[in-house]
Amino acid sequence: MDALFLARWQFAITTVYHFFFVPVTLGLSIAVAIMQTAYYRTGNESYKKMTKFWGKLFLINFAIGVVTGIVQEFQFGMNWSQYSRFMGDIFGAPLAIEALLAFFMESTFLGVWVFGWDKLPKKAHLASIWLVAVGSNLSAIWILAANSFMQQPVGYAIRNGRAEMTDFFALITNGHLWVQFPHVFFGAVATAGFLILSISAFQLVKKQKHEVFLKSFKFGAFYALVGSVLVILVGHNQAQYMIKIQPMKMAAAEALWNTENPAAMSLFTFGDEKNRKDVFAIKIPGALSFLAYNKFEGEVRGINQLQAEAEQKFGPGDYVPPVAISYWTFRIMVGAGFLMLLIAALSLYKAMKNRYELKPMMYKIVFWSMLLPVVANTTGWLFTEIARQPWTVFGLFQTAQSVSNTVSAGEVLFSLIAYTLIYAVLMVIMIKLMIKYASRNVDDIEAEEAEHTVLSNA
Amino acid sequence: MDLNIIWFILITILFIGFFFLEGFDYGVGILLPFLGKDDRSRRAVINTIGPHWDGNEVWLLTAGGASFAAFPNWYATMFSGFYLALVVMLLALIARGVAFEYRSKKEDKVWRTRWDWVIFISSFIPALLWGVAISNLIRGVPIDENMNFTGNFFTLLNPYSLVGGLASLALFTLHGALFLSLKLTDELLDNARKTAKKLWLPATVLLFAYVIYGYFETDMFSKLGVNPGVTPIIAGAALLSVGYLLKIQKEGWAFIMTALTITFSTITVFIGLFPRVMVSSLNPDWSLTIYNASSSPYTLQVMSIVALIFVPIVLGYQIWTYWVFRKRLSTKSKLEY
Repeated sequence: MDALFLARWQFAITTVYHFFFVPVTLGLSIAVAIMQTAYYRTGNESYKKMTKFWGKLFLINFAIGVVTGIVQEFQFGMNWSQYSRFMGDIFGAPLAIEALLAFFMESTFLGVWVFGWDKLPKKAHLASIWLVAVGSNLSAIWILAANSFMQQPVGYAIRNGRAEMTDFFALITNGHLWVQFPHVFFGAVATAGFLILSISAFQLVKKQKHEVFLKSFKFGAFYALVGSVLVILVGHNQAQYMIKIQPMKMAAAEALWNTENPAAMSLFTFGDEKNRKDVFAIKIPGALSFLAYNKFEGEVRGINQLQAEAEQKFGPGDYVPPVAISYWTFRIMVGAGFLMLLIAALSLYKAMKNRYELKPMMYKIVFWSMLLPVVANTTGWLFTEIARQPWTVFGLFQTAQSVSNTVSAGEVLFSLIAYTLIYAVLMVIMIKLMIKYASRNVDDIEAEEAEHTVLSNA
Repeated sequence: MDLNIIWFILITILFIGFFFLEGFDYGVGILLPFLGKDDRSRRAVINTIGPHWDGNEVWLLTAGGASFAAFPNWYATMFSGFYLALVVMLLALIARGVAFEYRSKKEDKVWRTRWDWVIFISSFIPALLWGVAISNLIRGVPIDENMNFTGNFFTLLNPYSLVGGLASLALFTLHGALFLSLKLTDELLDNARKTAKKLWLPATVLLFAYVIYGYFETDMFSKLGVNPGVTPIIAGAALLSVGYLLKIQKEGWAFIMTALTITFSTITVFIGLFPRVMVSSLNPDWSLTIYNASSSPYTLQVMSIVALIFVPIVLGYQIWTYWVFRKRLSTKSKLEY
């Protein structure tokens, strides 16, 4: 085990873990803001209870999202110092701007929102949760601007032995950013929608048929459906874009060994990655061309040809990402997405018909569906990062060049173990708290609030 | 004045903001188990920083991000060089953030007591480590001609940096006690006042010892000549005055004075460093400076525009939050955390 290997594992573990919480923050902040807006507009107390109930779950999630994000910012310097030296001139800027523009805003106004319920005028208090929602999502845009540069480097020149920024606006108008952010955003909406839907189903079936959860169920189903439909549509758009800018990534996603025209889409491939051929495969002729170009013809380039092209361009080397992982993560993501669409549509249909008595089977499906977006988010990121290998910045800088040259394998191993342990402990604690607050009786919320003021512990 | 200097000043400002704000947050965390005797009073103590701690911590993240954007070689050398120290700091910051949010979410004595100690330890560690880190920046660490740190964890743990760590720990704790004396009432207020009085002398002795030690261990003061300059004198005088101000029960002024001590100590450190950002103990020519560690003029220009617009906005709304939550807390107040 060398430092590079361990640093890659550390990046994978800490990033995947961080991204369990990020989508919930992005999607739920807006959901809670919408609920509070409904309360502000109607004065209906059940919207206030709704805001408080989901707001608490939001906070439990938010705390871990924030602290695991700190590790992300420090990690580039700690484990990837060579990357930071080479890319810092460009990559540092969006990170710094994220902190200054977005992170300050979401953190400061979250404090205002949590502590300001009866210290601020209603309108100002409502504004604070919207600022949290806008801040969180702005923060996502800046982080994705940084990631988009890694996927599709723009607005730079190689000077003084490093990549230097030449056009800041190219960085934020990067085509990749504007296919990636919508995908992440609607994925987050779906994630929050399913969380609300699943927990509402749990409350309705197992606890209380309270108005708050009837409303929440309907809202969650709608939110999840909007998220699922749009995440699929913009995801399709993104894949078509990727065929143009990172054909190797999509060839790996399809296990397309050789260029085809028209290209067939793989439904199931069991392949031999070493010799780059199929052992067993079911394919739909022409379907991949259709997905790529909206017509049943058109060349989709394959792994072998792309490898040869890359060797010509960059010199000898292996430019093929791990195909099996790329292929399966991509399929799991897409599969989870379509399941989400189906379950969200079905749940919304039930809600519209006011049929909240879910049969045991249906209840189980709806309840566990909250994990589907988590699966899709995780496999989606694994795919997008792994299928970019061997590059950290596509076509410009490789992962093996990026790692810190002064950090020993032992040090990385120590930090890897330390983070993993503390993350595991936090996960257990968080899930326990989530369960506690998700199974709460909403009518007790007011009483609990009152308890904050009374000397209950004296 | 070129952009490199402007960015050096901006990062100094970010660190001042961070040490001033997180300084009292750390202090509050460190004093938590000792000031509050029962759960309700501990909650009051935590709630004094409840609405603010998260926003305060962003000053650090912004300082980190800004050093990445403006001086990537500084960021790369320091973060990879101070590796294990930073791992420890990160573990503390992770635990601390969660602890504030989770502590009062369960009516369970064991649960809450555990989190209280998590808050204590995870505030204690960074308060100490920041002094250690700053001391190493100015004392110098082994950096070779390629800007690579060639030492290890124990290189950073020298007597000078440890004294620096104790000085920052004591100063932040005093700063926290003074903050609490402005935010609490009744019995808790008395406790905060008494604690501040007790902390003043050790904090002053440690800081002055640290400064004197610095004459032998660093080139900071020789650079400044026999006359140490205005900034360290203001820092020292402000801290000395705290003793008197506490005696006449002017905590508000005392708090302003520790704030001045923190501000001017930070300025002193950065003036002493200038134009370096990290001193090489192997060869002065191998030090990282605001020129050899910096980004391109274009990036600095872009970042300057962003910073000049947004730093004042951030300052504006953060100050506003302190005004919104200006009311003192007691055990009878409505407590969120």
